[in-house]
Amino acid sequence: MSNDILIVAEVREGELKKVTLEMIGKGAEITQALGGAVNVVLMGSGVSPLADTVGHYGVQKVYLADDPVLENYAPEGYTKVLTDLIKETDPAVVLLAASTRGKDLAPRVAARLAVGLASDCTDIEVQDGRLLITRPIYAGKALAKVVEETRPQMATVRPNVFPAPEPDTSSTAEVENISVDTGDVRAKVIEMLKEAGERVELTEADIIVSGGRGMKGPENFPLLEELADVLGAAVGASRAAVDAGWVDHSHQVGQTGKVVTPTLYIACGISGAIQHLAGMKTSKYIVAINKDPEAPIFKVADYGIVADLFKVVPVLTEEFKKIKAEG
Amino acid sequence: MNIVVCVKQVPDTASKINVKEGMVDTEGLECVINPYDEYAIEEALLIKERLGEGKVTVITVGPERAKDALKSGLALGADEAIHLIDEAFEGSDPYATALLLAKALEKIDYDIIFCGKQGVDEDHAQVGIALAELLDLPHVSVVVKLDISEDKKRAIAHREVEGGKEVVETTLPAVFTAQKGLNEPRYPSLKGIMAVKKKTIAEWDAQELGVSPQEVGREAAKIKTVEAMTPPGRETGQIFQGEEPGEMARKVAHLLRDEAKIL
Repeated sequence: MSNDILIVAEVREGELKKVTLEMIGKGAEITQALGGAVNVVLMGSGVSPLADTVGHYGVQKVYLADDPVLENYAPEGYTKVLTDLIKETDPAVVLLAASTRGKDLAPRVAARLAVGLASDCTDIEVQDGRLLITRPIYAGKALAKVVEETRPQMATVRPNVFPAPEPDTSSTAEVENISVDTGDVRAKVIEMLKEAGERVELTEADIIVSGGRGMKGPENFPLLEELADVLGAAVGASRAAVDAGWVDHSHQVGQTGKVVTPTLYIACGISGAIQHLAGMKTSKYIVAINKDPEAPIFKVADYGIVADLFKVVPVLTEEFKKIKAEG
Repeated sequence: MNIVVCVKQVPDTASKINVKEGMVDTEGLECVINPYDEYAIEEALLIKERLGEGKVTVITVGPERAKDALKSGLALGADEAIHLIDEAFEGSDPYATALLLAKALEKIDYDIIFCGKQGVDEDHAQVGIALAELLDLPHVSVVVKLDISEDKKRAIAHREVEGGKEVVETTLPAVFTAQKGLNEPRYPSLKGIMAVKKKTIAEWDAQELGVSPQEVGREAAKIKTVEAMTPPGRETGQIFQGEEPGEMARKVAHLLRDEAKIL
């Protein structure tokens, strides 16, 4: 039996997402301990050009399922194509992104193969020839180290956790076209409703500017958007701001929202309820701005400012502008 | 229209999670119905009310105390409740839990199955989707809007994805996993709470479901927790206070550039 690793590339709108490279990097580490090759499967329509890109990251083989029927993601069709490939190639490990797509596809594939699946992993080690996987539970209030008893060992990997390797343009991968038989597809995407604006998505953002009850109302969120624009950041919110109807739920950070791990998280007028802290305290750097010096958010902050956010945020925006201009 | 809602009892999200001897210690924590399941129940009730007919059944896998989650569902307006309870079920992983639910659903009529998008305890986010696979049904996960067609044979669901919403059309029956934003869950009425006493909760064990104890529970788990840990704490940071706000902002901006080196 091979010790090969199969990585399911995360492709959206023809673009290879960074988490794919992060998984390839982690995959290479695993194969150093286990032996075997890192292979990638690309599924979609018009995704062939991405095979070259993937090849620059030390991948042995790219399985290519490039077919118009895969243009829109459909769980049943993608499940069929992926499980067929897994059955045929018998990899030891299968990694997918913990994206809305990976988290939708992986459980269906795992159930069809009747194997275990570790969701939303933040670390993978090799111990006694198999994976020892770390995954946050209770939204990160605790961590669990898990093992899987079945083959392949499957996991979805949280974006922004593992470093992406540097490309080597001289290396290439062997490309193999695989058969695309989607079987019977009953649930189909008929339309995509895009959110206005080009702002980066929360779970993929390197910097997040987040607002809470201290923002006082939806009319003040443009203040955060200006700051986010300067930093190329995503805009988040606490549950208090979402439940008050100021911000759409898709922006909520915390236990009943999104769990995020950006390089920088700027919390504005957020007190730091346990549910919110669970969702953001693995950020590399945390800046907290709050009037209340006793706010729990300051316990996790690297830099805290006890002051009125309306006097702080505009100055931060100006200062970052200057820093950016200086290069 | 028969609508089944799969629910789970979980510790309240306000709980601090303690780890004792390498395992999460849930002893003494206040338990509630999983927040995402509340959206699932609400949507089931809304559909029944909109159609003016139908039956809503809540179902759970769990120990005796999990009955409270079913009672919460009944108090909100669910018509029936089924408790999958057996010592053999304890420690079931997401696959085994889905298997138990699938066995139970094979015994009843359903047109729509709802689950919460994930349990806020172990955060696997797998059971609803695995259940769809085991029942050979289509699924739509992370649903924030749902419309049932007039002939009740199809549904259009909006699911939350990065940067927007996917509009998915599916045949029924199907499994939908509920995301926050799908609706505004109601509170139980006094009448609803009183009515719980008159409703019975069916109990089904391994024999009733026709599963062998070897297929489910801790021993059969395909994914096993070796150890749970408390995440590492963060070091105390630099907190600025009492100076002119703009001055403090400038200091932090420069620290981010010079010390953290992230700009």
